[in-house]
Amino acid sequence: MSQMATMAVSRRFGAEYAVREVAMAVEPGEVVGLLGANGAGKTTLIRLALGLLRPTAGTVTLFGSPPSRDTRRRLGYVPQSLGLYEDLTVAENLAFAARAFGHRVVAARLDPEIRASARVLVRDLSLGLRRRVAFAAALAHDPELLVLDEPTSGVEPLARARLWETVRAGAERGAGVLATTHHMSEASECDRLVVMVSGRVVASGSAAAIMGGMQTVVVTAVRWEDAFAALDDRGLPVALVGRRLRIPDRPAADVDAALRGAEVEARLEVVPATFEEAFVALARQKVA
Amino acid sequence: MIASRGRQPEDRTTGWGLDRVTVRFGRLTALERVSLGVGAGAVTAVIGADAAGKTTLLRVLVGAVRPSEGRVRRPEKRQVGYMSAGSGTYGDLTVDENLAFAARAYGLSRGVARSRIGELLDRTDLMAARRRLAGLLSGGMRQKLALAVAIVHEPELVVLDEPTTGVDPVSRAELWRLIAELAAAGTAVLMATTYVDEAERAGSVLVLLRGRPLALGTPEEIRRAVPGELYELGGRIDDWRAWRRAGRWRVWSPDGRAPEGARLIEPDLEDGLVMAQLAYEASQPEVAA
Repeated sequence: MSQMATMAVSRRFGAEYAVREVAMAVEPGEVVGLLGANGAGKTTLIRLALGLLRPTAGTVTLFGSPPSRDTRRRLGYVPQSLGLYEDLTVAENLAFAARAFGHRVVAARLDPEIRASARVLVRDLSLGLRRRVAFAAALAHDPELLVLDEPTSGVEPLARARLWETVRAGAERGAGVLATTHHMSEASECDRLVVMVSGRVVASGSAAAIMGGMQTVVVTAVRWEDAFAALDDRGLPVALVGRRLRIPDRPAADVDAALRGAEVEARLEVVPATFEEAFVALARQKVA
Repeated sequence: MIASRGRQPEDRTTGWGLDRVTVRFGRLTALERVSLGVGAGAVTAVIGADAAGKTTLLRVLVGAVRPSEGRVRRPEKRQVGYMSAGSGTYGDLTVDENLAFAARAYGLSRGVARSRIGELLDRTDLMAARRRLAGLLSGGMRQKLALAVAIVHEPELVVLDEPTTGVDPVSRAELWRLIAELAAAGTAVLMATTYVDEAERAGSVLVLLRGRPLALGTPEEIRRAVPGELYELGGRIDDWRAWRRAGRWRVWSPDGRAPEGARLIEPDLEDGLVMAQLAYEASQPEVAA
């Protein structure tokens, strides 16, 4: 049984469909990344999955039944805003969350830094620690489904790795995890990805499957400025990386022609695209 | 601080920037002895978590915050363009009005302003949205407008505070194209970011950790500057120098010795930042104790 599943679920606001005929599932122990541009429908889908919004059509099930108060107890949710009370201490926040879920805070299970800050007001915590407290509050009742909205935005790489270790530990205990992100390097922390464009799921599977072997042309020129101008003028999707230029999802011959046309000397190399490049190309194709 | 040893970044003395700048707000030290060069025709990035001191650094460079110690090299005010975090456009003015207002504030003549605004609308793909209220634009479009407003007077130095935070990947790619166009035209660009993959695109990078400079150099120099080696393991290892990444475990070995069954790997910038932070924490007595 899936922890969460949607069948042909749609949600309309007025005449606009925010989510259209989406079928997806999160299995126990699985980390699913939900990717999409702004307005693609990620937040609406999450709210449907949490049972906060009713679908216009289709069905959502949590642990095999429709969302209810009962299913709410079995899931943990960390919103982007973290959902903590800033004028309560860390201990009070954790106790409040525990009481709401009908259990007690087990201090021994908390990480030492959180324990050391138990009497500190949440608003006086560093942002990184605040985020860890939010995770602790959402995970304390061993939820079977964990829903995370942009879980590690604004966090340094080491702290981000530590947060993902916490998420992974939850998955290893059997929880299903659904995480939205804008942050493409986070996609590599997920077992499976679901890409939404304009309310629909346009791709789903491993990062490698979604990328489908897409390639990028890398240009090295003595004067990158000239090469950039030549490619930009031709409308090629050129990106500057250090002093090199990257042009994803275009034939090397087109790049070569643009550079020759402007008499720019450069060296070309074809490499695998990054996941972000593949995502942008996918989103642009589907919109066009 | 970890800096490149062999070669100073070439823009260190010729461009704009900060020399050993410290900023204190009351008892709080927001920046501690930070130096940074911002060269013309290049993108320089400041990377750090929320509250690492990025905004303070940017505000020192544009002249909005006076340093407690140290020196700042910046062009005259007219030659500075600044985009603050969270936009800096007027939501109840149209796209056109926002640009016209900025052009007037910088004293552009009516004719110059008209042609410059036309050019900017074209480059940012906002022409079709020129009569829409800025407050009704999507996040990505609003950031592009804020960038256009910051450069309407063609400044020599452009300072951008997290221009792509909260912006989706498609709009990010467009913002990056605009930023690269500025650098290609010879502008000195300094931008703050929380994204490692974004810092990787810059010519040089300053890493801030709680107001302190953790590393400075090209992405390549930063990842090579940490002593020791990086190893990858298939499974979990109980070591504070280990972290999980993309389903596998990595461990920093300061003396270079390989843990059992580990494979030596080449660090990327993200690994370099993690290792730099671990090295920094190891040097702090209260953490090591």
